[in-house]
Amino acid sequence: MSVADATFLPADARAEAKPAPAPRPVNTEPAAVRYALIGLAVAFLSLFIVLPLVTVFAQALSRGWDVYLAALHETDALHAVYLTLVAAAISLVLNVVFGLCAAWAIAKFEFPGKSVLISFIDLPFSVSPVVAGLVFVLMFGAQGLFGSWFIDNDIKIIFALPGIVLATVFVTFPFVARELIPLMQEQGTAEEEAAISLGAPGFLTFLKVTLPNIKWALLYGVLLSNARAMGEFGAVSVVSGHIRGETNTMPLHIEILYNEYQFAASFAVASLLALLALVTLVLKTVLEHRLAKDHKA
Amino acid sequence: MTATAVGRSGRIRREKSVLPGFGITLGITIAWLTLIILIPLAGLFLKTATLSFDHFLTIITSTRVLNALKISFGIAFLAALTNIVLGSVVVWALTRYEFPGRRVFDAIVDIPFALPTAVAGIALTALYAENGWLGGLLAQLGIKVAYTPLGIYVALVFIGLPFVVRTVQPVLQDLDGELEEAASSLGASRFQVILRVVVPTLLPALLTGFALAFARAVGEYGSVIFIAGNLPNVSEVAPLLIVIRLEEFRYADATAIAVIMLVASFVLLLIINRLQAWSEAHRRP
Repeated sequence: MSVADATFLPADARAEAKPAPAPRPVNTEPAAVRYALIGLAVAFLSLFIVLPLVTVFAQALSRGWDVYLAALHETDALHAVYLTLVAAAISLVLNVVFGLCAAWAIAKFEFPGKSVLISFIDLPFSVSPVVAGLVFVLMFGAQGLFGSWFIDNDIKIIFALPGIVLATVFVTFPFVARELIPLMQEQGTAEEEAAISLGAPGFLTFLKVTLPNIKWALLYGVLLSNARAMGEFGAVSVVSGHIRGETNTMPLHIEILYNEYQFAASFAVASLLALLALVTLVLKTVLEHRLAKDHKA
Repeated sequence: MTATAVGRSGRIRREKSVLPGFGITLGITIAWLTLIILIPLAGLFLKTATLSFDHFLTIITSTRVLNALKISFGIAFLAALTNIVLGSVVVWALTRYEFPGRRVFDAIVDIPFALPTAVAGIALTALYAENGWLGGLLAQLGIKVAYTPLGIYVALVFIGLPFVVRTVQPVLQDLDGELEEAASSLGASRFQVILRVVVPTLLPALLTGFALAFARAVGEYGSVIFIAGNLPNVSEVAPLLIVIRLEEFRYADATAIAVIMLVASFVLLLIINRLQAWSEAHRRP
């Protein structure tokens, strides 16, 4: 441990910490190289990551606070916010239930085909969002495999909330399970087995023993899943039908305003999602500290 | 209660667990996975199977489709390559050096993960358009980014960066400083140490990061379509062509392109899994 820790100290501090001083710091590059690399990294991150983020807020406020606030108060914008919140909330509940079930089965038990199951759970990560939307259109759309049955029974899936939720669940499918599985595998089953053998019912054991151990990882998964759910564009765009004031989520509303050259209004709505991203990042950093403790314990 | 003794010694767990809920949780997992992921994806293949093979071939070998695939895969490859190079510099600076704002820069690496793609798309477009902050400067140099393939490249570099950084960073953090010191004390130059000790250790993680960034970039839609200009055969990516065909109700065309994309992502996923296994084995010798 001490060696690994020492690696991250500045070379001078390390030399001091050692009883026999090192002849020279061997573990670092010349100052010129060091500054060049730091400069390159900072310049790249500033130009490619920070500047686009700043642009969002600069553009949103480019025509003043009045235009900014008006864009957010507009009926269609409010409906887009509402729809985004509803779709994300439903998806999150489904993801949490699924994530907990999958993690319990995979982390606490041994069974054949486990690694295949984990690969399947990962699948949505590598599928293009557009393809994710398309598969639901092919299933439930007017010309889809089950489309006619749903139309006969007057159930709207595509171009309606259910389709948006399905597409959102598809793209956020792995997030919660992926956070929980490694942690629960590390933690093993000893604590739960003790509780069960002392006579605690299964569900109570889960609530009182397992859940406290995994609560930060669960929150972390929910956080990432939520950020993706509220921001999903490609998959939702394909299934939503872009009906203004009805099936437009925030990202789709941003697109419509942008294509109508209402740039300030478009960036105003975008700034809300950018704020969400920033809040997500801050919470994520906080949670990562908690998680690091869980993983060590 | 006889199970108690068995349960406590964790080793026997594999044979018979005392924990409840295996059947129901596995059942729910498999049912939900089948319903949401497997059946819809299988539906895509089923729909493709209704096309005659000739029809399928005609669609995917048409100039516009081939060009869209070439653009998506080609630019994604270049962007992932860029991410490997610049991502390595970022990882190196963040893990090896102390500088003001290091923690903040470390946190902002994740912005492309957290920022919705549509927001990233319009922001990059505003930035690189000719009246934008960077676009104006680049225009004076005669470089046009927005509404050209170069714009697609910029967007894909943006969204791919965190995949490389977050894959390589933990490996570099774990890299034992003693190995490098040993190599140096045996007379290796710093350049030799980097080339012979550091790079081989990071290689599996670098390749994994490359594959992840590439896989994400190939299917990217939201951040690309605003900045791309979307000129058929020039700056039209494959996911956009799927959407266009869908809006024209040419379902067969949309499906055929989607199947190609999906098979490509299966192959990539397989490669990523292999790489990650290799990377894990590499980290714990």
